[in-house]
Amino acid sequence: MTSDSRLEKILERGEFAVTSECGPPRGADPEVIRKKGELIKAAVDAINVTDNQTSVVRMSSFSSCIILKQMGIDPVLQMVTRDRNRIALQSDILGASALGINNILCLSGDHQKFGDHPTAKNVYDMDSIQLIQTVKRMRDEGKFLGGEELKGVPRLFIGAVENPFADPFEFRVVRLAKKVAAGVQFIQTQCIFNLERFHTWMEQVRDRGLHEKVHILGGVTPIKSLGMANYMKKEVPGMDVPDELIARIKGVDKEKRAEEGIKICVETIQQLKVIEGVHGVHIMAIEWEEMVPRIAEEAGLLPRPQIK
Amino acid sequence: MIIGSGKPIKDILAMIEGYTKILIVGCRGCVTVCSAGGEKEVGILASAITMARQAGGKPIEIKEVTLERQCDPEYLEQIRSTVDEYEAIVSLACGAGVQFVAEKYRKIPVFPGINTNFIGVTEEQGVWTERCQACGDCKLHLTGGICPIARCSKSLLNGPCGGSANGKCEVNPEVACGWQLIYDRLKELGRLDQLEVIIPINDWSTSRDGGPRKIIREDLKL
Amino acid sequence: MFVAACMEGDCHYLTGNLRARKRVEYAKKILDAVGIGGERLEMYNMSAADGPRFVNVASEMTERVKTLGPNPIKKFLTTNSEERLNEET
Repeated sequence: MTSDSRLEKILERGEFAVTSECGPPRGADPEVIRKKGELIKAAVDAINVTDNQTSVVRMSSFSSCIILKQMGIDPVLQMVTRDRNRIALQSDILGASALGINNILCLSGDHQKFGDHPTAKNVYDMDSIQLIQTVKRMRDEGKFLGGEELKGVPRLFIGAVENPFADPFEFRVVRLAKKVAAGVQFIQTQCIFNLERFHTWMEQVRDRGLHEKVHILGGVTPIKSLGMANYMKKEVPGMDVPDELIARIKGVDKEKRAEEGIKICVETIQQLKVIEGVHGVHIMAIEWEEMVPRIAEEAGLLPRPQIK
Repeated sequence: MIIGSGKPIKDILAMIEGYTKILIVGCRGCVTVCSAGGEKEVGILASAITMARQAGGKPIEIKEVTLERQCDPEYLEQIRSTVDEYEAIVSLACGAGVQFVAEKYRKIPVFPGINTNFIGVTEEQGVWTERCQACGDCKLHLTGGICPIARCSKSLLNGPCGGSANGKCEVNPEVACGWQLIYDRLKELGRLDQLEVIIPINDWSTSRDGGPRKIIREDLKL
Repeated sequence: MFVAACMEGDCHYLTGNLRARKRVEYAKKILDAVGIGGERLEMYNMSAADGPRFVNVASEMTERVKTLGPNPIKKFLTTNSEERLNEET
């Protein structure tokens, strides 16, 4: 075990893991995070907190993770390389471990043009793969990037994301291979609507033997409305929402569409459970966190195993 | 070459407000090639300023000069006798040239007439795009001749990120994804194996992050 | 001022009138920026054989200029030359 992470224990035991995420508030009110944490804590093994997602300033992932930790939840600290250089990132890695955060998710992060401060300077001192290497070096070699020894080695379970639906498609599995070589231990994918394409990607993953080297958690998101489905299809780069799915949502009366969205989400999870190499699910119910326990229940994921 | 583009006329008029005799200096280097600061642009700017000032009832006297380059001291010497007669200089050179004029002629205010945009190339007449960030440690041999630092919006060395779609960058649908270009080129060259290797974290100290830079060639100095 | 150019597609030099169109648009923007007004410059495409069209365009521009009045530079130059004349006499 490389950390005290509950998620790591579940995955090492060969159980199907469940994670979800909380978006922090656009303000200083800790209650927002506490409420979201309360809603989902019983349904999951770990909760991610996003790091200024889409470059919109929110309460930091680090502080939100501490709030969740205080509630007895095992948080996943998301760290993007867009805003902090290697000095700040290594510093936060030490601080996170010191405060009992066990999981870290390494990302490059959305470009600041998307967010509310498009005139900011961006950092990108390193990319997500180099960040994975950094955490691993600090944890396993006990050294800073500069080569000096740490006094007190962090214990962290290292994660990253991969998007099987971005281009170039043939290269996505190579990028996963690079992350594995860098030291990643778990992957959460972008939300899956096109299961056929996901199957193809998993085949490529298995061909390279990567499914035995990293735990893959398939991402799912319940669709709340037709507008949401269309938005994700047209406006979000790297998301694949098939026409059949849009048609399915459209084919249902407006008041029943949210229910249909939940149904689709549950069906997707059930399909993921039987794919070789998929070791869990990551439920991203954006601004719909109250649905997570129900989705987990209906997908047969509850109760979560007791771990000590 | 260095690509620049003219500042709005109203901004330049604000800079020269109150001056009645100015010198506009162009450059026959990069800014001529990208039609931002050559002899022609000097002429157009001089006309525009003259008209604007006359229309406002505050005439101005303008001299137009275009030098071979403004980044070499020998060429700047050519205006030494002229500058004393003027109250201000508007230079249409790139930022380096404007500063060099200011260094050589310390007693007269020097104003920039263009914005220096980037190091780039001419894709077609009227269209220039960025290619190089002057990072000081060229890696083009690792990426099929396409720069990940200049052409990837996030300067990723192990891209692409998850926002690459249909060969375009998530930041701007008109911008190609640098890593898609790299992937395609290495595929054409039969060298996709190069992409299986992790490029390690960069040494940014050779770029502007390390402070203002200087190159000295001992073999060329006396 | 108006620029008369051949119909698009009929240019003897192939793209001369297309380049002229772009340059006239650019010049109009400069005239707006310096306070003269881009409406004082216009470009019209016409065939060299089309006398009546030329006449119509010329009349149109004349009317436009009458409505716009003298340009501000002329006013400045006239005032100044009058002053200079008065000084000399």
